[in-house]
Amino acid sequence: MHADPTFLEGLWFVLIGILWIGYFVLEGFDFGVGMLIRVLGRDDVEKRMIIHTIGPVWDGNEVWLLVAGGATFAAFSAWYATVFSGFYLALFLVLAALIVRGVSFEFWGKVESARWRASWEWALTIASAAAALLFGVAWADFIHGVPMNSAHQMTGTLWDLLHPYALLGGLVTVSLFFTHGATFLSLRTRGDLEQRAKAIARRTAPIAAALTAAFLVWTALDLHFSAARVVLALAAGAVAAGLPAAARRESARDAFAATAGAIALLMVVMLAALYPNALPSTTNHAYTLSLAQAGNSHYTLVVMTVVAVIFVPIVLAYQAWSYWVFRHRLGREDFEGPGTPTPLAVFDQKFPRKEDSDRETAAATPATAAGDGTVQR
Amino acid sequence: MNTLDLARTQFGITTLFHFIFVPISIGLALFVALCQTRYYRTGHESYLRMTKFWGKFLLISMAIGVVTGIVQEFQFGMNWSLYSKYVGDVFGAPLAMEGLIAFFLESTFLGIWIFGWGRLSPRVHLASIWLTSIGTMASAYFILAANSWMQHPVGYKLNPVTHHAELTSIFKVLTNSTVLLAFPHTILGAWTTGGMLVIAVCAVLLLRRRHSEVVSRSLRMALPFTLVAVLATMAFGDGQARLMEKQQPMKMAAAEALYNTTKGASFSIFATAGLERHPSHLSKDIRIPHLLSLISDLSWNGTVKGINQINAAEQKKYGPGDYVPIVGVTYWTFRLMIGAGVLMLLISLGGLWLMRKRKLEVSRRFQKLAVLGFVLPILANWTGWIFTEVGRQPWVVFGLLKTSDARSPNVSSADLIITLSGYIVLYGILIAIGGWLMSREIKHGPEPDPDPDQPPATSSPSARRELVLSY
Repeated sequence: MHADPTFLEGLWFVLIGILWIGYFVLEGFDFGVGMLIRVLGRDDVEKRMIIHTIGPVWDGNEVWLLVAGGATFAAFSAWYATVFSGFYLALFLVLAALIVRGVSFEFWGKVESARWRASWEWALTIASAAAALLFGVAWADFIHGVPMNSAHQMTGTLWDLLHPYALLGGLVTVSLFFTHGATFLSLRTRGDLEQRAKAIARRTAPIAAALTAAFLVWTALDLHFSAARVVLALAAGAVAAGLPAAARRESARDAFAATAGAIALLMVVMLAALYPNALPSTTNHAYTLSLAQAGNSHYTLVVMTVVAVIFVPIVLAYQAWSYWVFRHRLGREDFEGPGTPTPLAVFDQKFPRKEDSDRETAAATPATAAGDGTVQR
Repeated sequence: MNTLDLARTQFGITTLFHFIFVPISIGLALFVALCQTRYYRTGHESYLRMTKFWGKFLLISMAIGVVTGIVQEFQFGMNWSLYSKYVGDVFGAPLAMEGLIAFFLESTFLGIWIFGWGRLSPRVHLASIWLTSIGTMASAYFILAANSWMQHPVGYKLNPVTHHAELTSIFKVLTNSTVLLAFPHTILGAWTTGGMLVIAVCAVLLLRRRHSEVVSRSLRMALPFTLVAVLATMAFGDGQARLMEKQQPMKMAAAEALYNTTKGASFSIFATAGLERHPSHLSKDIRIPHLLSLISDLSWNGTVKGINQINAAEQKKYGPGDYVPIVGVTYWTFRLMIGAGVLMLLISLGGLWLMRKRKLEVSRRFQKLAVLGFVLPILANWTGWIFTEVGRQPWVVFGLLKTSDARSPNVSSADLIITLSGYIVLYGILIAIGGWLMSREIKHGPEPDPDPDQPPATSSPSARRELVLSY
């Protein structure tokens, strides 16, 4: 019961943790950008720009969640089975939010109607906020523990997962992802939108920092080890002081690094607080599901380790390359004119290069303006 | 409906919905990659127009396939937690590999392909659609390896303490004889689906008298592509049926509704009976003498095992119980799948014959048939899937775990009804909008052929470079 995790179990806990950190750092700004579309986008051109900043990458970012789920299934089947069946309705809401969010990008530009677009913008905003909230609530529940019986089956209802500590966790992720989306937009756009994104980040960074620090302090109070308390207090202080300071800086890169760092730090704390458990039971401490209990066979973990050692670097390399390909800032002039920014419309767009004045291409270019790929800078 | 039925209904509905779009995406990704390769090699603008036109259908299909795919992965843990605990050590590995090796590849490079027009060199851009296509196929391999393990478990042992299955050889799981046939059968079926979609859309455009080079070149590619894919799907399907007689004899006997072991067994073409495991009698039954023995045993008077005898043998092996699936379902899904395959074969053959006679573009009758023909691959994919899953019942993992012992004990009927209604509403909206978007793309049609009076854009090398970069 209280056996320590083996080396491979520990390694897989770390790997799954890295997948979650990657997911929150990457999809975190997708959620933030989704929540910001109506806050920052003053007209259709700006909204189109906003959607285009995450257009090429959001689907790849979502795979981090899928792989985190798959890795949990492969390495800790009992953990996967307990959490997924126990957080049943919460998980359904997450899935519904992810589905709505995924299609709202696609459908937004399909009809030239203010009402249609406003509906999809609201769908995108609400679904992004709901997913961000639910992930924070879920992770706070993971470390806090849930009602669970001796067979490792969760016994509570959806409402048992929504206690104050968990709700604070949800507010932390919503505010952090919101700010993260703003720093991302200030990194990926230029001009007026860039400045307004910066201003938003400056205003919300202190709120996100305060909520995160409060959450870390609350977590520290629940812990029994004094050393861990000190570390958590330091982390809370670092976020509280560092995040607002970084958001005030001129460099968008620094501000983005700070929000990404705060999310990563929060996740490291969560993972450290959870270890060596997979899911604590609040019903009876003896019913807690430990990593050692949930771990799969040594052979499976060896196989998966070999697969991960080969493929994780490859995946990281091409995902990094895709961010490098789409590193250019988007400006208003790239999107002026009718046309839609959705992936489908990319096919209809011509992409005249500014420095090139080839008349044939100019003649062939319809009113549709260029999209993401317009200008190589 | 009890909770087990609800959980099964949910899995069935969400999987069938997801499985409309997966084969379309796999087939179209390959077709689009082939179009773009031809453009890259020949520089002929019509192949570029084809790439862009079919690419739009690929994107709509991928978008819906991706968002509904997340539900698929999570559902094992949500509704089938006992199953997940029982098989996770074996089943989780191919699933995690699918995510790490295939999903990252297809989603990242699809994004690069969509937004990389004009930003990447033509060679790298072409590579990105091929990597997307390879990703879709790799994903199919891993999920079919996982499913094949449920049909024919290999490379595992039972843990004496937990009584759960544990992986002993990943190599055996990935080279399971079942997946070595199921993978080509399913992939070729997906290529058929993509080909039939292209043929149907071209037929709609021809019916609306919107003939263009894109339509004729697409048909010239899709018809032979589909013919070869259908024939090969059938060949591997035949291999699967022979393997199944050894691995899951009950499923094959149920496919033929052959209740008693027979020498020189006749083949039933059309029969009806109640949807029970043991219907008292067949109300209609048209049979061809000796054909079943000929097919399964390759001999006139060969013995074919019947459901009742196999059931008795399984009772001896696995203990008391009923090991018969609902025969009406297996019998009819098997026939509908094969019937749809034969019709697709006829459509692609007929189309090729008309093309040779240069009548393809004027034969309204064929065009109307080809439009209707698009239901066939979906019907075949659905019935094939239902057959293989229902035919395995009462097992969820053949010989190891029964479906009734697999679900999540702490998920109530109310939970299931809430989520099932939610999925039905969400998926209903998805299919309505997806279908509407596709019909808009058909209405919009491909870019028209360039005006012959205008000098072609490819005339000068600099204009050529510009066009490559400008999309």
